[in-house]
Amino acid sequence: MVQDLGYLKESPSQTAGPYVHIGCTPNFAGITGVYDTDLGTVMVNDRTLGERITVRGRVIDGAGAPLKDALVEIWQADAAGLYNSPSELRGTADPNFTGWGRCPTSADDGIFTFETIKPGRAPYKDGRRMAPHITFWIVARGINIGLHTRMYFADEAEANAEDPLLARIEHRHRVATLVAPREGSVYTFDIHLQGDKETVFLDI
Amino acid sequence: MSDFSNQKPETGAFFQRDRAWHAPALTPGYKTSVLRSPQKALLSLDGTISEITGPVFGHSILGELDNDLIHNFAKPGESAIGERIIVHGRVLDERGQPVRGALLEFWQANAGGRYRHKKETYLAPLDPNFGGCGRAITGEDGSYRFRTVKPGPYPWPNGVNDWRPAHIHFSIFGHGFAQRLITQMYFEGDPMIWKCPIVTTIPDRNAIEQLIAPLDWANTIPMDARAYKFDIVLRGRRSTLFENRMEGN
Ligand SMILES: [Fe+2]
Repeated sequence: MVQDLGYLKESPSQTAGPYVHIGCTPNFAGITGVYDTDLGTVMVNDRTLGERITVRGRVIDGAGAPLKDALVEIWQADAAGLYNSPSELRGTADPNFTGWGRCPTSADDGIFTFETIKPGRAPYKDGRRMAPHITFWIVARGINIGLHTRMYFADEAEANAEDPLLARIEHRHRVATLVAPREGSVYTFDIHLQGDKETVFLDI
Repeated sequence: MSDFSNQKPETGAFFQRDRAWHAPALTPGYKTSVLRSPQKALLSLDGTISEITGPVFGHSILGELDNDLIHNFAKPGESAIGERIIVHGRVLDERGQPVRGALLEFWQANAGGRYRHKKETYLAPLDPNFGGCGRAITGEDGSYRFRTVKPGPYPWPNGVNDWRPAHIHFSIFGHGFAQRLITQMYFEGDPMIWKCPIVTTIPDRNAIEQLIAPLDWANTIPMDARAYKFDIVLRGRRSTLFENRMEGN
């Protein structure tokens, strides 16, 4: 026998189920008067630094249908590449930018929308710089454990070409699943759960 | 945003997630997972600044009744119908350290097993005094508590006769986005736990038991509410003491 390391096991994940909006966005679910607002609906204000963008997309199942009961959360750096987090030691992030957003996919067409800013570049731990990106986390009925992925920006081809995470993707045609095309100020990021276009999901 | 700005921030990457402890993505007994489960291997990467950081919420977001589901949707002077219970516990990480300032959001059906949701079709009635959502933020010792009514079990369309055991859904934010977790709490002694196709997506019996809250007789409030204790464990962080880091990072 040896000493016990004493680590605990992480609580196992369970699906968010069909009623995740009752708990996470109750006002959206029609339960009003409990919380003033739903958390994560507003990321920016009129003093937020950086280029205003809209990120829009769908979460699409293996039959090609968009999920109309999913919850999408994003987390990103500010325009200078700093995170609004106590674990950010490189500087102080823009106090007018939360960095975190939460949006239910629409019950009509399954679209999620975030009004945010384009993030700056943050360092990888070996000193290389990562390309600008937004971290995504997707939960829904039928998803047993939340899915992590990242959105990169199509108009950052040079930065994307040297991004350490994108470089790790063995099948190069799959890199495109993480790169959102731009039209005006709108980036479209469709997330495919299965199939030829399955998004690269992360164990991170 | 944090109420704990005097604490030393943690900057280590998180322990690798034990994927065998969690449910796999594809669990055909839970039919909805069939078309919603990624089929390709996940891309594994040690956490970066984008995952070891995460949003932190201050107590200022909380309303007085946020942790009281018996009253937070009820008309003045009224309360939700059902078995009155206290749910309490601690949020810890895999190192056994308390996670202070963790935001927990919880939601549940009413005592009859009915959710307040437009897509809900179960014939059990709504309780006009029960909304079904609440939230809390852990204290310095990782502890949280809330008051509610015990949710009822309910049938759901999967197999022809599948029922969910009584449960409360939990969403938890730790300090890093990689710790983000949604899970469910079950109640000690419920024989329906082991019949549920969602519970049994988790392959390991010990892992399932980690989600079953025991009746906590010591903390039961006489003539008022029984207590259930539910501890939650989030991913732990490596110490950064000997990690290579670039100057200035
Ligand atoms: Fe449920």
